[in-house]
Amino acid sequence: MSDNTIIKVSNLIKTFGSTTVLNGVSLDFERSQVTCIIGASGSGKSTLLRCMAFLETYEGGRIEIEGQLLGYVENQGIRQRASSSRIAETRRNVGFVFQHFNLWPHMTALENVAKPLWLTAGCSRQEARERGAAALEKVGLADKLSSYPIQLSGGQQQRVAIARTLAKEPHIILFDEPTSALDPEIVGEVLQVMRNLADEGMTMAVVTHEMGFAAHVANRIAFIDQGVIAVEGKPRDVLLNKDNPRLVRFLKNFFDRNNFVAA
Amino acid sequence: MDFSVLTDNWPQILNGLVLTLKLWLGGTLSGLALGLLLATIQVNSIGVVWHAIRGYSAVFRGVPLLIQLFLLYYGGPSIGFVLSPVAAGLLGLTIYSSAQFVEIFRAGFESVPRGQIEAARISGLNRFQILVHIELPQMLIIIVPSLVNLFVIMTKETAILSVISIPDLTAVLNGIGSTTYAFAETLFALAAFYWILLECVTMAGRVLERRASRYLIR
Repeated sequence: MSDNTIIKVSNLIKTFGSTTVLNGVSLDFERSQVTCIIGASGSGKSTLLRCMAFLETYEGGRIEIEGQLLGYVENQGIRQRASSSRIAETRRNVGFVFQHFNLWPHMTALENVAKPLWLTAGCSRQEARERGAAALEKVGLADKLSSYPIQLSGGQQQRVAIARTLAKEPHIILFDEPTSALDPEIVGEVLQVMRNLADEGMTMAVVTHEMGFAAHVANRIAFIDQGVIAVEGKPRDVLLNKDNPRLVRFLKNFFDRNNFVAA
Repeated sequence: MDFSVLTDNWPQILNGLVLTLKLWLGGTLSGLALGLLLATIQVNSIGVVWHAIRGYSAVFRGVPLLIQLFLLYYGGPSIGFVLSPVAAGLLGLTIYSSAQFVEIFRAGFESVPRGQIEAARISGLNRFQILVHIELPQMLIIIVPSLVNLFVIMTKETAILSVISIPDLTAVLNGIGSTTYAFAETLFALAAFYWILLECVTMAGRVLERRASRYLIR
């Protein structure tokens, strides 16, 4: 494994009861690379991302974060669930942005960003506030520090959530359909923030239906289907793929829905 | 009516009043702490522990406080469990209220959206920090009305402590009534005391509710 691999997923298997959701997924995430993961709903793309943050357990295969096995400890071939402090340590450098933001409604924007810092990063309240304010400024919300989430638009809330993730200075950020819960006209402001991050060299894995973003910002696209990575490659190659009938159908569906001008 | 029986016996009445307040606050606050502890354990466990706590709450909610007090005070000694009246009363109030607090807190825990806990975990907060900084403040808004209601109920329940010969306000005023035959005056004073106390509790509850829901105002 090269030193540039931030997350290495190999042969990942995830089941819910008798349903196998991920059936041997392998995917490496290299430093400064932006990977978009696309696929039909129910294909397992969100589950993959959630496993990579150990928000879901997994039954087989490995997820390594900067060389460390995530979620489990191995002792002579026997795998056991790691302690929660160990899990927290392993995923310390992983950020996660949720579809539904998951801001804490009883805290202001600044508290949402700063509180985890002084609770976990060992910095003083003052330092946490300064770092939090800087992160919020970076996502264009310097004037919303003392607003509660309910006072903010969906796009602003998602930007607060991104700031909360940025503040912990992660080595990779996982985005789980970050714009799917937003009104169409405010999707752009969130995508712009993400594009800026990509330009600065942030490593990102993005589960998305925003094909424009995938085409223009990603370095590669992975198409997940029936629990495996069916197609993976440069955005252009994947989006113009003619070989995988299921990907072709998925893309055709997508283009038909968005091609309202021609019709 | 002649209220001089009250002023004549004021030191005794004051003692009863203080004892009632002490038992009420002591029993309810310990019940709150115990209930929170049990609910925290319950939502973090499965199987035997979960059912044991469920059973605890079902039994002690289902049996009237009066009978629980009798069991503790009169039944206890026959199994070698001897308590003073005040200790039995305090323990009875604690157990009885904790069984109801468990249910309130458990419902509160379940009302906090999962996603917010996940966000806290991925932000690096540990279990205790999530409890203190995420779950408790948020569930407060939902459970404050139930909490206040339970405090009100517990206030009224203290009136039956006198049956196990605790010299609380009810016992003191009843005693004065039966020796001076001034039943109307003493019982009227007792009723007034409980009414004023309940008004205060309700008012405090309303302030707490407003504070807890501050962040819901646009």
